[in-house]
Amino acid sequence: MSRVLVGVKRVIDYAVKIRVKPDHSGVVTDGVKHSMNPFCEIAVEEAVKLKEKKFIKEVVAVSCGPTQVTETIRTALAMGCDRGIHVEVSGKDYEAMGPLQISKIFAALAKKEEASLVILGKQAIDDDCNQTGQMTAALLDWPQGTFASEVTIDGEKVKVVREIDGGLETIKISMPAVLTADLRLNTPRYATLPNIMKAKKKKIATMKPADLGVDMVSRVEVLRVDEPPTRLAGVKVETVDDLVAKLKANGTI
Amino acid sequence: MFPASRYSVQAQRCIRALKTVQAEHAPPQHYMWRRNCSSAVMPRITSHYTIFPRDKDPRWEGVEMARFADEADVVIVGGGPAGLSAAIRLKQLAKEQEKELRVCLVEKASQIGAHTLSGACLEPSALNELFPDWKERGAPLNTPVTEDLFSILTEKYRIPVPMLPGLPMNNHGNYIVRLGHFVHWLGEQAEELGVEIYPGYAAAEVLFHEDGSVKGIATNDVGIAKDGSPKDVFERGMELHAKVTLFGEGCHGHLAKQLYRQFNLRENCEPQTYAIGLKELWLIDEKKWRPGRVEHSVGWPLNRNTYGGSFLYHLNEGEPLVALGFVVGLDYTNPYLSPFREFQRWKHHPFVAKTLEGGNRIAYGARALNEGGYQCLPKVTFPGGMLIGCSPGFMNVPKIKGTHTAMKSGMLAAEAIFPKVTAEDPASETAGLHIPEYEDNLKKSWIWKELYAVRNIRPSFHNYFGLYGGMVYTGVFYWILRGKEPWTLKHAGLDSAQLKPAKECTPIEYPKPDGKLSFDLLSSVALSGTNHEGDQPPHLTLKDDSIPVANNLAIYDGPEQRFCPAGVYEYVPLETGEGMRLQINAQNCVHCKTCDIKDPSQNINWVVPEGSGGPAYNGL
Repeated sequence: MSRVLVGVKRVIDYAVKIRVKPDHSGVVTDGVKHSMNPFCEIAVEEAVKLKEKKFIKEVVAVSCGPTQVTETIRTALAMGCDRGIHVEVSGKDYEAMGPLQISKIFAALAKKEEASLVILGKQAIDDDCNQTGQMTAALLDWPQGTFASEVTIDGEKVKVVREIDGGLETIKISMPAVLTADLRLNTPRYATLPNIMKAKKKKIATMKPADLGVDMVSRVEVLRVDEPPTRLAGVKVETVDDLVAKLKANGTI
Repeated sequence: MFPASRYSVQAQRCIRALKTVQAEHAPPQHYMWRRNCSSAVMPRITSHYTIFPRDKDPRWEGVEMARFADEADVVIVGGGPAGLSAAIRLKQLAKEQEKELRVCLVEKASQIGAHTLSGACLEPSALNELFPDWKERGAPLNTPVTEDLFSILTEKYRIPVPMLPGLPMNNHGNYIVRLGHFVHWLGEQAEELGVEIYPGYAAAEVLFHEDGSVKGIATNDVGIAKDGSPKDVFERGMELHAKVTLFGEGCHGHLAKQLYRQFNLRENCEPQTYAIGLKELWLIDEKKWRPGRVEHSVGWPLNRNTYGGSFLYHLNEGEPLVALGFVVGLDYTNPYLSPFREFQRWKHHPFVAKTLEGGNRIAYGARALNEGGYQCLPKVTFPGGMLIGCSPGFMNVPKIKGTHTAMKSGMLAAEAIFPKVTAEDPASETAGLHIPEYEDNLKKSWIWKELYAVRNIRPSFHNYFGLYGGMVYTGVFYWILRGKEPWTLKHAGLDSAQLKPAKECTPIEYPKPDGKLSFDLLSSVALSGTNHEGDQPPHLTLKDDSIPVANNLAIYDGPEQRFCPAGVYEYVPLETGEGMRLQINAQNCVHCKTCDIKDPSQNINWVVPEGSGGPAYNGL
């Protein structure tokens, strides 16, 4: 029960208005406010809580991307992670990077760092893929506790309460395992200034995907990105009869 | 990581629960307020600890309030042009003279440049002094001004005014910049030089030594709930102590307000007068794009007695982007005036509409700016600190430029501080260093000459002919005599005192936004990217919760609903009973400071919210 790997992703802040690039190849990211993916914050908080409860000895924050992601790793370090790993991916590789490549990187790192747990956010708010945790578990052939809203360590096993469509499901899985954090797992702490200052002294190791034997070639090609169609104004009607008449005129019924 | 409190988290929760039970039995004085003249009960609006101190609040008993403290040589509040220039200059001097200097800069925005908003036509004078090699360093000054147009607008037509050399607005030699990007670049240069920059942390409190001099600042606390009680994630801010603290909060800074009172810095100057500037970025049709073109206008839609005007700059950064905006002097008298809606209305003028037709709006923001100039400059040094940049207010109003003077003031501050702060024995009377040399240097510099020369232009608008009288004055006394007239005109006094009661004024009929050129307020606010943690006390604090309805609404018809460019203030009907109440949508705030300036009751006190909240401007 020594080491936990936590994945953190740097995404466009959720309050920012997204703009599609004029050439429709993607969204504008230059100079736009970015922050840590909210589900990744919850994942970091859970890992740090487990360390405080003395179930694990070390929390390692991992992020993949260009130099800017080191800011995200620093925030994770300020929240309580012990050290960071920055897997350098930039340019075309970064734009094409998706859950498949990330999960390969995490699988390789989990083996290299001999982690007992890999905790990730359930999904990223920019692509909403909800795949990385599951793919990582599959590549490692480890059990997975996804959509976790409660995590309890019980000896060599982990009890996970999962949020599913039908309600809550409680499972017990053996470690090493992959967990993905859902919204109600915890309330992340703030990264306070004294901790940010201390975090500057914590180590962030840099490596490339090639060092882990991972090829970054994407199997997905983005053809085009468009804005969602503008919503037309709604029409208010006074009575049910009006509503039926409008729906009939519209051809809906 | 949790605060080392005397009690465990569970025990704290228990104590809090007990306190709530006790409070429920106590008469509800703090939590509800009854209006004198009606039986309606007003919900409490303000819960901030600056109005309701925590040492008297039972919910805060037993909460650990000790703060972690750290020492630096110089602490700078505000990562704008002034603060960053001061930091850079300090580190440049340290490098030249091979001395060690710890410079820490705190900035409330989540990243440097995110709260920066300006036209802007940058005069590179200060930049040339700071970084003579700015071009090689990649400073984003990509658009030299090629064309300069000035117009007086009427409802349908445009009267061109020749831009003669020597007129303050002549922009030959200047650059159109996206100031947010420029400030971001300055931040990168500062970090390279070793300045410690901490974005996302707001300076919330000034700290004082026993002898009354400034000791430093404390950053904001986090984890306070909307009703003012501590949450589980509550953590105190951090104290940063310094030999000298520089305050570069920009126009109408909230800590600066405190310092003016504390050290009586404004006893020999006029009260500052302001304007609000609203800005948008548009991607326009390529055929209409004229990179390097600068357009200014006065006149329509404002009447001749309301100071204000517009700007429209064509940027040259690879795409057909224009920066445009509208400025309204906050000494306006009609409470029905809405600067936002004047701005939206102005875009429909044929001369402006033809540039914007077929284009797309991609950004919006607003900020107050200084208009007082020379007459309103306070004392800028005090024991332990000094004021730099737009905070004391070095903007050259007729030139519509304040960035170059802000940067220069930061640099002069650094040059005055450096010998004192690196001296073996500072020989200071107070624990915090008092460095009046900064003010002496300012008075000898080109900032002072510039501001003195244009000092009478803005006040000259206070005459029967308003705008036209002012233009005649500028033509005669500035263009011909260069501001050498022996008199100094006065401003009209506090902006907040200028509003006439609503019943003496006519409501203004604004056209509905058409969704193509003009837009509604809420969709504009969404474009600013502004957001705040929802569960925190509103940072627009009211000294007295009863005054908005009793005074602002009753006499002035609630002008804050109109002058706030972000829709923070709304008068809504009470849920039960007759009457209205003020609703403060603090999450929308874009940190422009207009409400603090223009509130006729001076009841609104803007304080800083949790750090990294606020707008997310990108190159505005």
